[in-house]
This record gives sequence, structure tokens and C-alpha cells, in this order.
Amino acid sequence: MKIPLIYNARSVLQRPVSTAFTALGIGLVVAVFIGMLALANGFRAALARTGSNLNALVLRRGADSELSSGIDRATASILAASPHVASGADGRPLVSPEVYVLIPLSRRGADTGTVANVVVRGIGEAAWKVRANIAVVAGEPPHSGRAEVCVGRKMASTFPNTDVGQTLHFGGRDWTVVCQFTAGGSAFESEIWGENEQFMPVFRGEVFQSVSFRLKDPAAFDEAKRALESDQRLTVDVHLESTFYAEQSQVLGRILEILAFLITSIMAVGAIFGAVNTMYAAVATRAPEIAVLLTLGFHPRSVLLSFLVESALIALVGGVIGILLALPINGIVTSTTNWASFSEIAFSFRVTPGLLLAGLGFALVMGTLGGFFPAWRAARLPVVQALR
Amino acid sequence: MKFLHLVLANLGRHKRRTILTTASVALALFLFASLRTVVTTLDAAARFGSVRRLVSTNATGIVFPLPLSYANKLRGVPGVEAVSWANWFGGRYGDNKRFFAQFAVDPESYLEMYPEISLPEDQKQAFLRERSSAIIGRRLVEVFGWRLGQDVTIQGTIFPGDWTFTIRGIYTPTDAVINDDMLLFRHDYLEERLGRPGISGWYVIRIDDANHAAQIARTIDIQFRNSTAATKTGTEQAFNASFATMWGNVSLLMGTIGLAVVFAILLVTANAMMMSSRERTREVAVLKTIGFSDRTVFGLVMLEAAAIALTGALLGLGGAKYLYKATNFNGGGFLPGFDVTTDTLLLGATVALLLMLASGLVPAVRAARLPVVQALRRVE
Repeated sequence: MKIPLIYNARSVLQRPVSTAFTALGIGLVVAVFIGMLALANGFRAALARTGSNLNALVLRRGADSELSSGIDRATASILAASPHVASGADGRPLVSPEVYVLIPLSRRGADTGTVANVVVRGIGEAAWKVRANIAVVAGEPPHSGRAEVCVGRKMASTFPNTDVGQTLHFGGRDWTVVCQFTAGGSAFESEIWGENEQFMPVFRGEVFQSVSFRLKDPAAFDEAKRALESDQRLTVDVHLESTFYAEQSQVLGRILEILAFLITSIMAVGAIFGAVNTMYAAVATRAPEIAVLLTLGFHPRSVLLSFLVESALIALVGGVIGILLALPINGIVTSTTNWASFSEIAFSFRVTPGLLLAGLGFALVMGTLGGFFPAWRAARLPVVQALR
Repeated sequence: MKFLHLVLANLGRHKRRTILTTASVALALFLFASLRTVVTTLDAAARFGSVRRLVSTNATGIVFPLPLSYANKLRGVPGVEAVSWANWFGGRYGDNKRFFAQFAVDPESYLEMYPEISLPEDQKQAFLRERSSAIIGRRLVEVFGWRLGQDVTIQGTIFPGDWTFTIRGIYTPTDAVINDDMLLFRHDYLEERLGRPGISGWYVIRIDDANHAAQIARTIDIQFRNSTAATKTGTEQAFNASFATMWGNVSLLMGTIGLAVVFAILLVTANAMMMSSRERTREVAVLKTIGFSDRTVFGLVMLEAAAIALTGALLGLGGAKYLYKATNFNGGGFLPGFDVTTDTLLLGATVALLLMLASGLVPAVRAARLPVVQALRRVE
């Protein structure tokens, strides 16, 4: 017969301080766990949302990032004429050749010695249509022929001079910020966009770094890839946009995740030890009670289960505390350098329901592991001696 | 000192509890030391650099090249002793799982500029003689199993194609902060294969007097201000520091986690101490009856807490220092010279001390204030 849960609940409440401390310890571990994975999550999500399943990204053969690629105008024209490229409403191909460079910009509030490498992307008119999740939220798109730029939303809080009407200085010229745009929380929001023809003379001359286009038939990507890569006039690699950007998040994403698991494992062992201590003390003080339970006829297995449940209960409370501690960080914007592309990327912490559940599960595991040996000891209590 | 026996006996009463608590403290301090060392390692990398070396990059951005013709012009600037240059190659090797830096350098001037990169004289001569040769850091020998005289092929990303180099030298950095896993090959080889575009990535300049650094840097930048490739010149330290900040606010992240870790362990230790104190009401009463003063009892409890904290600190901090030294850990190349500093050890010891005070205080005060008569009633 099972020992009623109310017994565990009441016992836990009888040792409020001890229980609270143990629960809080477990809660902190869960909070760090959720927090660090939310960081990794946010970073990956920002990059994952950057690419679309409907678009293909063309780079020079062998280039592993847009930065190290170079595509001349002839290649861009040939790509635009390809039958694999979709056409827009106006009949023009949805193809966007882009310049991609990094410029040093000082962050807001930091001393001028420390700079971040910010992505500056040259675009044509088609870019706004090829990348479907872009929306201009302030001002209007840059006019052709003028030294105007559009700044990604996440730049506004981190870098100075990024409001509409202000002036940025890079590449030896002054550029007027005429708009800000959002891009579904993706890496584009950490970039500065401007007209290709304005950027080319400033940076690398008549060379694009990448060409993005909307696939006419997204399901036929492999065919498009094969056709373009085997075209004798071109030396290119064709990537599915979503896959490419997801891969760019691999290195740093993996580092963050490994770090998260390492740190929380070590912390968890410490927290488990705390739980073990608490439960052993509980068993020791309640020895007479347990003896009575066993005398009454409760099976030792039920006693084992009961103490496991009690330990899990404390851990669960700890898990909830941890969740409450970690929730507020959701949405906080932070930035780092994506080493795959050497560029600055701003992203927000992303706490998902899955992560919260994982945190709770983690807490339960800690509690169960911690409570096992004490519960075992309780179940095997020598009844007669304990009753004395 | 005479009470040591009593303290140890008390600790030995619940061996399991003492061991578990000490282990928790040790783990927490290990973690604390590790996190703090990440910050100090990045700091050390940021502060590394000779005071007599300047680095000159393209003002538009570090990814843009500078003309090779600048070399002679730089040599002519007053105060400049020597000039060298390098280019970031950024290739991939094998499955690219292990990143390592590759640079094309002007061999003679670069090795002279950086005496910290030390290699045997015959290997250095081989590198200077043979155009398609390369020198590698000592660690790459362990990581990839490369040997002297071996050919390695790197896939170029910025400079496309397959690039094969013969390893003619293995260098050892004299300063731990310098990466011991770089591959350096010859810039003239890069130039030749690219069809002599006449570009370099950045220039390293040695000046005669460190006090003239700012002035010389300004002179250089003014000289090239109106050319297509304007320069931005600064001390080597500033150059390295800018890379360290690229991680973002690492110290905040590590500090926050460190705080959480310490706090969690404080809870565990305090809990254990309080449990012990609750169980020992009887002994304390008896001790007081036979003449131990309140102050002594207070001291005994604090000593117990100190013993746990001290042992935990020794195991945790010492373990961290020894482990990272023994495994020659460098974070996959990103954290060169990863070593727990004396500062970190001292800080960890302080944390342990605070831990002891915080966890032992409440039980110690309770024991000192215990009303003897009432407590004795509970003694059998």
C-alpha cells in the first residue's frame, strides 16, 4: 500500500529552513542551466531565422562565409538569367547580388579603443523582395544614388548615431541613416544596408560577395545546385540559405551548449550532495516515524518510494524557483562575435517552454538521485532498534 | 590548538555528511576558479604586446588589405626600426573540426620582429630558404600528428584552391599568451600564387622608443590619410585588446554564473552546518556544564566550518590549478595560456573564508547562547 503524499508534504513543511535551502540550491542550478541554454538558443535562433528555405545563396567556390567570397558582375548576370530563379510580380528575376564587408564601429558607451566588426551589406532593389521577412519600421528605404543607409533594428540600442536622420561615418565617408528595419529577429538586424553601387567604390571595387535568389521551385533545390555548380562559366557553390546560416551558428552554438552542460553538471553534483545531506538528516530524525510505518505494515518498498517522492517534491519546488529566476532574462538583447563570419551579431536570450520543461526535468533528476540512498536507508531501517 | 581533536572528532561524527559538504565546496570553488580564469586569460591576451611594436591596419576595416608598397614608406618614418607584414589566410584543414590560425608572413622580418616565436636555427634557415615551406606551433604536432618534412594541404577560403606547404620548422612560444597552434607560411609564396597583387593584411612596426608610440602612429596615419588605403595605427596591445572584446561581455556572464555557484554552495554548506548544530544541542549543553565558556563553544563551531571550507578550498582551487596545468588546456586554441593565477587562488580562498563565516555564524551563535538548564533537560 502506498504511503499518502500528505505525509511527505507535512514532513517537508516541518523542516522549513532546511527544505528551503536545498530547494534554493537546486533552483540556482536550474536557473543557470536554463539561462545558459537560453543564450545558446537565442544565438542559434537568430541565425536560423536569417536564412529561408525558399532562397538559395551563391558564393565563390571554396568560400566558407560571405566575407571570403567574391563574385564578379558577369557571374551575377549569368545567375540572374538562370531558369532556376523565380520571377517577381513585375516579371524581373528575384535575384539579389550583395556586397558584404565588415567595418569597425564603437559600441555605445564603450571607449573608442574597443570596436565591434559590423556587417555592411550592399543591396539592390530586389533584396527587399528576395528576403521576405524584412520590414522597414522607421523612415523609408534608401534612395538610389545617395549616400544613405538603412540600419537593422538591433543596432539601434548597441551603436550610437543609428537613429533616422543621424550620420554614420565609415569607409572614409559620411552616410545618412534613413531607415531602420526588422528581419524577424535574425542576424540581418545586426547589419547596415545600403546601395551596392554606393559601397563598391568605397570597399572592394566591382565585386559582389554573394548572390541570393528565390528558387523557382524550392523542392528542386538540388537540381538547381547541380546545374549552377557544373556550369562551365561559373565557379560557385550554391547553398540553401537556411542550411548555410544554420551551419554558421554551429561553432559558437556548440561552444555555448558544451559550456552550459559542463557548468551545470558540476553545479548539479554540488546541489545533489546538498539534497543527499538533507534527506539523510531527515531519515535520521524521523527514524521512529519510519519504524512505526513499517510496523503498521507498510512495505519497505513503499517507504523507499515515499522518501524518493519527498526528495523529488523538494527538487520540484527548487525547479519552479529556478524557472522563476530564469524567466526574466527572456528577451534581453546581447551581442557577440560570430567567429564563423567574424561579424558582430546581436541576439536575445530565448527561453522556450521546452527549455523550462527541461529545467524541471533536470531538477527532478537531481532530487531523485540525491534522495535515492537516504530513501534506501529508510526502507532498510531495523525496526526494533528504531522503535526504541 | 588543543581543541583540534574535539573539532576533528565532531567532524568525524557524520563522516558522510562532512565528506559530501567538503566535496560540494571543492566543486564550487573549482568551478569558480575555472570561470574566473576564462576572464583572466582573455584579459592577459588583451594586455599582451610589446610596448615597442605598433600594428597598422586598413582604416576602413581590418578585412581590407594594405598595399605592399607601404613597407618602404613605413621604414622611412622617423623612429621606425623595423617593419614586417602578415596576411590572414583562414583556410580549412581536413574536416575543419579543429580551428587553428594560418598566416602568410614576410619570413625574415617577421621572425626578427617576434623573438617570442622561437625555433631552432636550422629550421629557421630552412623556412627562409624554401618558398613553399611553413612553420607550425608545437601543439599542432600533438593535435594532428604532423612531423617535420611533412606536406600538409589546406583548402583556401579567402584565397581559393588547395595550398600545400612543407613543414620545415616547429616553433615554441616563449610567452604562454602567444598561440602555440599557428601555421605560418611565406608571404612571397602567397603573392606569387595570386599573380602578385601587391597586398598585405597588416603591418607590424618596431619603434625605437616606446614613449614615441602615439606620435609615430599619428605620423603614419597622416601620411596615408589621403590614399586609397588609409591606415589606422596603434600599439600592439590595443590591437590585441580589440580582439578580446569581441566575445562580448564575457566577464559579466562568467561573473554572474560564478556568483550563482558561490551562493548555491553557501546554501548547501550552511544547511549542513545547521543540521549538525541542531543535533548537537545536548553535547553543547554538557560542554558548557563542565566549564567550556560561551566564547570557546562559539570558536569550536566556527573552527568546524573553517575546517570544511579550508579542505574544500584546497581540493577545489588546487585541483583546478593542477588539472589545467597537467592537461595543457587551452580551450581548443581560443584560450592560450589558460592558467589559474595567484590572484584567482587568493580570491577563491577569500570566498572560502566568507563561506565559512556565513555558514558557521548562525549555528555558532546559537551554540554560544544556548541556555544550559533547558538544554540539559533533553539529555538522557
